[in-house]
Amino acid sequence: MDIPFFAWPFLLGITFIIVFFIIISIIWITGLSGIDRVRIRKNFFTVKTFQAIWEVFRESLIHRKMYKRNPVLGYMHMSFAFGWFLLIVVGHIEAAVHYHTLNFPFWKSIFFRYAETNPPVTFIAKAFSAASDFLLIYIFSGVFLALYKRFNSKPFGMKKTTHLKTGDKIALIGLWLIFPTRYVCESITAGIYHNGSFFTQPTGNFLASFLPLQSIELASWWVYSLSLAVFFFALPVSRYMHIPVEILLIFVRKYGVRLKKHVNGYTRIQTFACSRCGVCLDSCQMIKANINNSQSVYFLKQIRGRKLNDEQLFNCLLCGRCQKDCPVGLDLNDLRITQRIESTKTYNSKYDYLKGGISPQADVVYFTGCMTHLTPSIKKAMLNVLDYANINYWFMDKDEASCCGRPLMQAGQYEAAKKLIRNNTEKILSSGAKILLVSCPICYQIFNEDYKLPGVKVMHHSEYLLELVNQGLIPTIKLPVNAVYHDPCTLGRGSHIYEPPRELLKNYLSLIPMKQEKEDALCCGGSLGNIKIEMDERKQIRDDVLDTFKSYNPDQIITACPLCKKTFAMGTDIEIHDLAEVVWKGISRKEHLDKKIRLPI
Amino acid sequence: MKQIVTIGGGIAGIEASTTLAQMGYDVTIIEKDKNTGGKMNEWNVLFPNERPATEITDYLYKKINNSNLHILTGTTISKATRKPNGSYSLLTDKNEKLHADTILISTGFEPFDATKKEEYGYSIYENVITSVDLENMLRKGQPILTSKGKKPKRIAFIHCVGSRDAKCGNKYCSRVCCVTGIKQAIECSRQLPDSEMFCFYLDIRMFGLEWEKLYQSAQEEYNVQFIRGRMSEACENQDESLIIKAEDTLSGLPLKMKVDLIVLLVGITPGKGTKDMASMFSLEREENGFLHIDDPHFGKNYSSKKGVFITGTCVGPMTVDETLENARSAAVEIDNYLTKIK
Repeated sequence: MDIPFFAWPFLLGITFIIVFFIIISIIWITGLSGIDRVRIRKNFFTVKTFQAIWEVFRESLIHRKMYKRNPVLGYMHMSFAFGWFLLIVVGHIEAAVHYHTLNFPFWKSIFFRYAETNPPVTFIAKAFSAASDFLLIYIFSGVFLALYKRFNSKPFGMKKTTHLKTGDKIALIGLWLIFPTRYVCESITAGIYHNGSFFTQPTGNFLASFLPLQSIELASWWVYSLSLAVFFFALPVSRYMHIPVEILLIFVRKYGVRLKKHVNGYTRIQTFACSRCGVCLDSCQMIKANINNSQSVYFLKQIRGRKLNDEQLFNCLLCGRCQKDCPVGLDLNDLRITQRIESTKTYNSKYDYLKGGISPQADVVYFTGCMTHLTPSIKKAMLNVLDYANINYWFMDKDEASCCGRPLMQAGQYEAAKKLIRNNTEKILSSGAKILLVSCPICYQIFNEDYKLPGVKVMHHSEYLLELVNQGLIPTIKLPVNAVYHDPCTLGRGSHIYEPPRELLKNYLSLIPMKQEKEDALCCGGSLGNIKIEMDERKQIRDDVLDTFKSYNPDQIITACPLCKKTFAMGTDIEIHDLAEVVWKGISRKEHLDKKIRLPI
Repeated sequence: MKQIVTIGGGIAGIEASTTLAQMGYDVTIIEKDKNTGGKMNEWNVLFPNERPATEITDYLYKKINNSNLHILTGTTISKATRKPNGSYSLLTDKNEKLHADTILISTGFEPFDATKKEEYGYSIYENVITSVDLENMLRKGQPILTSKGKKPKRIAFIHCVGSRDAKCGNKYCSRVCCVTGIKQAIECSRQLPDSEMFCFYLDIRMFGLEWEKLYQSAQEEYNVQFIRGRMSEACENQDESLIIKAEDTLSGLPLKMKVDLIVLLVGITPGKGTKDMASMFSLEREENGFLHIDDPHFGKNYSSKKGVFITGTCVGPMTVDETLENARSAAVEIDNYLTKIK
């Protein structure tokens, strides 16, 4: 063992971080639920492991999702991650080839130029030397972009960038120093021993012309080793911990581990896998209302720092826009809801007064939901259509019914929500219906996600009305109306229903395509998910969305959510309708033209 | 002779303009509608003494006849150019050019659009009407009937529709709806002595000297019942009668009530005319949309721009008597201003 002293900081650092990561991974994985641990065990020796490796390559090294969002941002991350990875791999192969064995001291591959001062003679040795110089240049291009981003983040497709805390700053300094110091010490060594390649050798020769290289060589390698050590030791307290944790996340996610309604090991893994890239800041519409401290990146940072407060936890629309844009693919909405459940355990309501009982028999159970009761024109239109098509339905929440439970769930009142879910489930199942028809996307999502309704198909009225049209049970007529369709968050990003509303509407009017639609749709600002936001702030978000719509000059704004409709209606004179109203208006117009009879409007 | 242009020929505009004309100024009233008188033309009787609204308009028309002023009806301003000395040259939509040494804005209010509060069912359910609709029915002498032509057994008056309601963006109190609702409940009760009247209120604000008496007589003589709580939603039954869902906040219990007619006591909002004039003359508006007044004590008729005066409900909710007073004070302020600038 003739390890030079300067290599020790690096060796200690790398040992520290590997041991730390192994311990923390064991803690997190044992913190998973029993069934999740079984999932990992069962899937470990399957193709899923290879799929996970492939995904690690794509996302952690190449940063494919980042590329999709912004090529410059993607390139910056790729040059760091993939460049460094290749530098390590190439270094090891180079050392292995040189020593004709895989069994060589580890430090020698990292500090190869210091260990082997003989100039490369063979073609292969020259190629390795050139490759490592090339990779250094490649990484440098990323370092320069990163430096530039600190001053101007616009070219990276980001309006905002996150603020750094002390741990981040230390790790960041370490990270930025690693490659320049490596460049400098390799150049110095090349200046003395002529073992450099096309990049380091000329630099070395230049430095040799005015510096006593012999006397500063060892010091320069010390600096390199120390900067590596600084980075590794600062890693656990910095955002760069996301690098190893993201890899762990990709594996356990691939094995089928999912978020639960309580905090466990997987919640921890997701929390620490956040790279704090700040992409979510740009997705968040609350910035329009000057709410700058509760976005996902800050929320996760607070969990990590154990400084989470209700003010920030509950100040979120749960619109899911950040989740769609998150390059790490974190379940940001559910992470927040889980935290809300943790923080509201003691405040749960009782609901002793909920009544059970036998429901009337019907083919279809119609559940309008509270919000549709507050927008009676939607309810009236739906009832008219159902009567028109002669559907045997039971209007479940006509007089008295409990809420679907989703608003409670969003507020973290999980136990209370479960009571409502139980009560509603009983009523729905005892009706013998095969279809549960809902007019509110908020209800639709919880009926699909948290109810167990065997043999019952949950349908949003956009899907159901489309089916009635396809079966020829209701007529269509195309009216000369140009409209924009607003995808409600819970129906779109929440439940991935994008096409049925559009297909349905195309039978009755013309749709103007928008940039802000489907996955990229905006939130109306009225979300029930946020219980901290002020009315004025909601208004600012709403008006901003309405301005976006107005830029397309629509005759009407069509949506599929009573809450969106209510929110928008307060802010504009443009007609706002739910698609049920559009359909009923179409039917009555058609009937009027065909038979000259007048139906109720 | 100094020239004044008044924009808006409602009661505030006429009262101020006629007063100024009698002081010797050359006044022109610009009114977008066919007739002057504004919202007063739609009203039947006024609180608290049930004075017919026509008495107010008659008084104002008499004043017009006795003064020398120009009235341009069916006209709007299409362009206003401010000169360095603070006077304006105006262009109407009929291409008439006007000079104004000072401008008086009296563009008034619009009743809150009750369709925005969709859960109340206005324009969806046949038997939901607004206080403006009811007043019109009473003015035309129409009997109060439900959509099916029956006498309503129960009428509910819903207070604060579009007032004191952050959800629709109007956080202020409209001041006149409480007393209007009680006045209308009494009128309905007189016409339908066997029917029940209910007022759903948040607070009853009876700040006028005689109003408390009205409130008392509504309870004692006319048996109007007062329930403290905001209606959450209205539903329609098969027979077009209505179900009110509300919370009785005094007993702390949810409440459901079947009624035959709902009257929404709609609040006062700054109308489109007020908004248009604010942008034409670059006047500041308050967060609630009404025109900004320069000082709450000493400058109630001064806008944010020198030489542009404001009066009436474009500044905020006012009763009829307050509006007339405010208009007369505007006349005095304009006289002071024009005397000073010479």
